[in-house]
Amino acid sequence: MADKILKKLKIKVWRQNNAKSKGKFETYTIENISTGSSFLEMMDILNNQLIEEGIDPIAFDHDCREGICGTCSLYINGRPHGPDTEVTTCQLHMRKFKDGETITIEPWRARAFPVIKDLVVDRTAFEKILQAGGFVSVNTGGVPDANTIPINRDDAEESMDAAACIGCGACVAACKNSSAMLFVSAKVSHLAKLPQGKVEAKSRAKNMVSKMDELGFGGCTNTQACEAECPKSISITNIARLNREYLVARISE
Amino acid sequence: MSILESKIPAGPLAEKWNNHKSAIKVVSPANKRKLEIIVVGTGLGGASAAASLAELGYNVKAFCYQDSPRRAHSIAAQGGINAAKNYQNDNDSVFRLFYDTIKGGDYRAREANVYRLAEVSPNIIDQCVAQGVPFGREYGGLLDNRSFGGVLVSRTFYARGQTGQQLLIGAYQALNRQISKGNVEMFNRHEMLDVVKIDGKARGIIARDMVSGEIKRFGAHAVVVATGGYGNVFFLSTNAMGSNGSAAWQCYKQGALMSNPCFVQIHPTCIPVHGDQQSKLTLMSESLRNDGRVWVPKKKEDAVKLQKGEIRANDIPDEDRDFYLERRYPSYGNLVPRDVASRAAKERCDEGFGVNGEGKAVFLDFKYSIERLGKDVIEARYGNLFQMYEKITDVDPYKEPMMIYPAIHYSMGGTWVDYNLMTTVPGLYSIGEANFSDHGANRLGASALMQGLADGYFILPYTIGDYLADEIMTPKIDVKAPEFDAAERAVSGRIEKLFNIKGSKPVDYFHKKLGQTMWDNVGMARNAEGLKKAITDIKEIRAEFWKDVRIPGELNNLNPELEKAGRVADFLDIGELMARDALDRNESCGGHFREESATEEGEAKRNDEKFTYVSCWEYKGEGEEPTLHKEDLVFENVKLTQRSYK
Ligand SMILES: Cc1cc2nc3c(=O)[nH]c(=O)nc-3n(C[C@H](O)[C@H](O)[C@H](O)COP(=O)(O)OP(=O)(O)OC[C@H]3O[C@@H](n4cnc5c(N)ncnc54)[C@H](O)[C@@H]3O)c2cc1C
Ligand code: SF4
Ligand code: FES
Repeated sequence: MADKILKKLKIKVWRQNNAKSKGKFETYTIENISTGSSFLEMMDILNNQLIEEGIDPIAFDHDCREGICGTCSLYINGRPHGPDTEVTTCQLHMRKFKDGETITIEPWRARAFPVIKDLVVDRTAFEKILQAGGFVSVNTGGVPDANTIPINRDDAEESMDAAACIGCGACVAACKNSSAMLFVSAKVSHLAKLPQGKVEAKSRAKNMVSKMDELGFGGCTNTQACEAECPKSISITNIARLNREYLVARISE
Repeated sequence: MSILESKIPAGPLAEKWNNHKSAIKVVSPANKRKLEIIVVGTGLGGASAAASLAELGYNVKAFCYQDSPRRAHSIAAQGGINAAKNYQNDNDSVFRLFYDTIKGGDYRAREANVYRLAEVSPNIIDQCVAQGVPFGREYGGLLDNRSFGGVLVSRTFYARGQTGQQLLIGAYQALNRQISKGNVEMFNRHEMLDVVKIDGKARGIIARDMVSGEIKRFGAHAVVVATGGYGNVFFLSTNAMGSNGSAAWQCYKQGALMSNPCFVQIHPTCIPVHGDQQSKLTLMSESLRNDGRVWVPKKKEDAVKLQKGEIRANDIPDEDRDFYLERRYPSYGNLVPRDVASRAAKERCDEGFGVNGEGKAVFLDFKYSIERLGKDVIEARYGNLFQMYEKITDVDPYKEPMMIYPAIHYSMGGTWVDYNLMTTVPGLYSIGEANFSDHGANRLGASALMQGLADGYFILPYTIGDYLADEIMTPKIDVKAPEFDAAERAVSGRIEKLFNIKGSKPVDYFHKKLGQTMWDNVGMARNAEGLKKAITDIKEIRAEFWKDVRIPGELNNLNPELEKAGRVADFLDIGELMARDALDRNESCGGHFREESATEEGEAKRNDEKFTYVSCWEYKGEGEEPTLHKEDLVFENVKLTQRSYK
């Protein structure tokens, strides 16, 4: 409905100059924010204010601002991507906040995601997990016609549900063990549900899981916090499927 | 001889690509292992190229400015990808896709390139399915198709409303596989700041490590630029915040010609600007126009009341609503092409009939289709879009009409390339949205994804061999060469210069000012006076920028303001060239509308006699006027006609 103005907000934010330095919270005041503005627009305004005051602006990751690239990654008032459901940080709007409120913003906190600066973390560990097997081993060219293998529509839809993962890392940030199981299981399900990906399903699951362990992500104790905070509603049933694939792979070793 | 040798092969249209492939040189596997290629950008164009080249055996280095290749802006494409598969048995064909693309582009693209694009399009779908792209399917298990604007057949493949995401993930997986094999070295969070030439040939790049701030040198036997479009010159657009024209602009400064820069696409269905705090615009899929009716009030007093918030859309009875697209274009109605729909919305709003506080929005109303089909059907078709709209605007589009307004979306213009996708700098290639090649003055929906993947999977991997076959004796490029010294000095010098201005205003201040000038004068409707004004305005903004911009932080650290400053410095130059190009092209075609060249009813009027060419601008040095070259377009297979959607 009609936008209102939030006259005054306090922004308590994690400041850390680089990976090596020690971070701390700083609090800034910002005025006259429209409830129709997005959370990141509020951050832009705050940053321009800081620049004019001669303070180093707050570094945060973002790009598409449409909820699809997975770059934005703020931990707001104790929740990855903030107080709304099924949205990324960039889709969160200021109407979810009250005038006079103190908003606390932190980076993703996980051993495998070290801070680069302020709210920006290094998610290279996700890249490494996918490089360990998150693909179908085909080269360009020489593949059969796209309609050669019919695929059951429900399987294709389930595959798509899992493929919707944007690689943001909120699942890791939400998990008390910093487990990446939801992320890994989403890739494993996306490919295992399709005949093209099924061929390598077992080795894929095994390689990705061992890579995940190696990179310092924690184990899954089924707290389901990841599913609750995932902006793309990736289901934990994928984790069950991953566990099955993984077990079969280990048994057949 | 002109510097513009398009290298279009001889022979009949349908045989050109095959003949060309047989005629060009091939590099042996043993020699490929000795050659290095740099690919800048990992969107659909760059990721597919980097993976395919690595599979062939070349040593590839790939770069992107995000923290992962998967985040390239291709990820945001919603609607779908075209291919001439004729799976629907509706008489689609390579020729029909070719024809639709040429006509949709208002006859300002090369026949041979567009035909090749249509010809390889079916292979793209095969490739994506083999990679595990979960395209939409029918109950029988075969692939489903959608229809898209401006065509009569159903040839668009899709993965829900996330086609770009799924295609990019497919290419990213192929890229990851090559990274894991050590065939591609990936540089995330690295921004290319210059191309390095040795003896006139592209031999590498200078890039800034965005985390450490270090300026680094990278050498290669060829450089491929796949860095996307420059729509952010307008500040507000549907592009990602980091999308930029800088890499292409450095190519231009190094001698690559820039073609048709004034051709940008304005998408009619975006969520309107909501005040002065806005940072970017969100696209609402074109498919909504299938079931939504576009209108504004008939009476100005109703519009005024809407603007003041005294009444709401539903207070206006049907007889007082002006369905202006249905009125003006009875045969296409709400489904006229993007450029026509955008201009019509602007015309109504300029006349004072806009429906939001700013007077810059029109209604897209689903009331009628909900009455006709039921809410369930509409929800099944557009549920996710309606939800996204509600999250952003807090208005429920099942109960009240959406508000929409046109926004900058895509750049048809870009780096000039020949049939091999090589620029006028030997060894420097440009693919995807960054080049100018296939869409003429207007791109059809679902054709950008097709082009990016065609270039990267099926065209460049062949054509680059023709050049590299003559480079097999060239040893590994030495990045200690004096040309690299000079390039690095220039890049560092520019960064330090920007950083040391220490003025009073943040980068955004200048970007917004540039965007406003561009939107007002180089936007949906252009005229000579406005374009000249834009050129003068931009010069002033540029002077102020270089005197008064303030970049905080440190040079040797992550510094988003510094990154933005470099991009905005280039946008200022790109904007000026766009205005010049628009001034030169005194005709209306596709997305480029010159008020001086309109019919009596205010429709676009092309001038084929004078303007059937690609404009190609050559850089002449800082502050110098660029030189205009022209590549004449020859049409041997289609007849030029005036588009009509009445
Ligand atoms: C909202 C939206 C919806 C769309 N929907 C559709 C659709 O349904 N169908 C369709 O066909 N098209 C659609 N398009 C258009 C299409 O998505 C793009 O044209 C296409 O994806 C561009 O691909 P690309 O590979 O050329 O560039 P991009 O995907 O933009 O990739 C650019 C790459 O270059 C890198 N880069 C840029 N500058 C530098 C630098 N200086 N140094 C290093 N790296 C750099 C980036 O990191 C990125 O990896 C849509 C576009 C938008 C904005
Ligand atoms: S599973 Fe969900 S939360 Fe985790 S990375 Fe994917 S989209 Fe983000
Ligand atoms: S910025 Fe892309 S998902 Fe938020």
